[in-house]
Amino acid sequence: MKTIVCIKYVPDTSEAEVKVNPDGITVDSSRFSFDINDADNYAVEESVLIKEAKGGEITVVSIGPKKSDVMIRMAMAKGCDKAVRIEDDRIAGHDPLMVAKVLAGAAKGEEFDLVLTGCMASDDGHMSTGVALAEELGVNHASMVKKIEVLDGGKIKVSRELEGGLMEVVELELPAVITIQTGINEPRYAPIRGIREAQKKELKVVKLDDLGVDPASVGPDASQIILEALYIPEVESSAEFIAGDPNEKAEKLASILVKGGLI
Amino acid sequence: MGNVLVLAEHRQGVLRDISFEMLAVAPKLAADMGGEAMVLLIGSSMDDMAKKAAGYGVKVMVVDDPLFKDFNADKYQKVLSALIDDLKPAVVITGHTAQGVDFMPALAVEKKLPLIAEVIGLEYAGGTLKATRQLYSGKVNATLAFKPADTYLVTFREGAVEAPAPSSAGTVEKLDSPLKEDLPYRKFVEYIESEVGDVDITQSNILVAIGRGLKEDKNLPLIEELAKAIKADIAGSRAAIDAGWIPHDRQVGTSGKSVKPKLYIAMGISGAFQHIAGIKGAKTVVAINKDPDAPIFAVADYAIVDDMFKIIPKLTEKLKELKG
Repeated sequence: MKTIVCIKYVPDTSEAEVKVNPDGITVDSSRFSFDINDADNYAVEESVLIKEAKGGEITVVSIGPKKSDVMIRMAMAKGCDKAVRIEDDRIAGHDPLMVAKVLAGAAKGEEFDLVLTGCMASDDGHMSTGVALAEELGVNHASMVKKIEVLDGGKIKVSRELEGGLMEVVELELPAVITIQTGINEPRYAPIRGIREAQKKELKVVKLDDLGVDPASVGPDASQIILEALYIPEVESSAEFIAGDPNEKAEKLASILVKGGLI
Repeated sequence: MGNVLVLAEHRQGVLRDISFEMLAVAPKLAADMGGEAMVLLIGSSMDDMAKKAAGYGVKVMVVDDPLFKDFNADKYQKVLSALIDDLKPAVVITGHTAQGVDFMPALAVEKKLPLIAEVIGLEYAGGTLKATRQLYSGKVNATLAFKPADTYLVTFREGAVEAPAPSSAGTVEKLDSPLKEDLPYRKFVEYIESEVGDVDITQSNILVAIGRGLKEDKNLPLIEELAKAIKADIAGSRAAIDAGWIPHDRQVGTSGKSVKPKLYIAMGISGAFQHIAGIKGAKTVVAINKDPDAPIFAVADYAIVDDMFKIIPKLTEKLKELKG
């Protein structure tokens, strides 16, 4: 099984204040720590599990800056074999359809049975890139997958996570693009030996031209959507914020809950 | 003509809420674009659902064929692709759901049409269609404009708007199915219902819910002690389930369960939209999070901005004392 796993380097904004830059269309990411997108981390693990069970080779594909090499090396330390990083500032990154075209350009240069990627990026959250990539490649797909079984005869059986905890089981012919939902597996920590070996694995850094992708076909002019503005939404909280030091806060909350008959 | 085509979504014989929510948006948008809102239903034995959808005063078009008994992204794509050619709608809106996300991006690529996903608002003004969506788990809003195109594709977030009340009776029209035979390369196998655990959190009176803020499972006893003190059940966000801290059937949110406790205490849960959608039925929400910008505070009745680990021991102690 030859697998391509597409991963994205994203900022961790879960506990950080996000500020919009004066240009109005970017956020100030200077204070954020970056790492692999959560769902992509599960996709890497799934690709390694499939390789361990069925053999084969895994190629990491990522669009990102030099500093994201740390993330790519970590994926290789876990068992991915080689990597292609596309570094090119001519890509309209606000439009997943443009991103999909670039990834397709990279995938077309590789042999593959399976392409795995996270079903959603934690930063812009379109949930569109993987399914668009499948169409660009002219292959089958299934999104939001929580289980993959490799069947005989070039087929796979996948369970898609629907709303309300329901699973939809689907059988697909390979090759296929599968977008991975978090929780499908338990991502491993990279073993020390793997970290050493990863340094020796091939990591190609390429431009659009190297992939045979016309920069004009994936840039802001080619995109049919324009990012006009980013802004911090006004949060209308009617909550009573309990003030004080931690002990006071805890005591106040306890008495509110008890006096209010809430418990 | 600026017609707006809404794909109504159904599963296991029932129209899903998102189908009606989109009808809170589509008629006005269609009027602004000089057209009308139309509903498309794809499925098998659709008469009852078609009648129900038509009760919202819209024209309902139905592709009714045994080939569509179960959802299949590729079949849906083929139908919409053909209908876009035939009907030339100005906008196609589907839910940003496990269905919508499974074919709309592919449809956009196939038809070379623009797509904006997980939209929470749409506005047509001065000849331009603009969409509002959120980034960074709801901390930032984005305004995106479509460049002029024959058809704009949109997936709309579930629960972003209230469904309207049924109005006048609309019409139902059956369309010929553009799909004549089954597709060999993608087959529906079955639905699997979520497992039933020892506790049904949809029936819980009090829920203590944990999120990413728990950090590691060795912190779980702290939560268990609090829960025990106030006779609460423990639930959690996707992050808590993914980390394996609590079982799958305790997940609150769109991909888990919708709960309706008298009291919901959210500990270290940032409050992603998908989670908040699951606690709309909670009477009182208490949120404890060290991030003052956490979206969970928008739906909280009582809020504490602090490290949960500094709050919980004292909270448990005080509650025991007061209840004692």
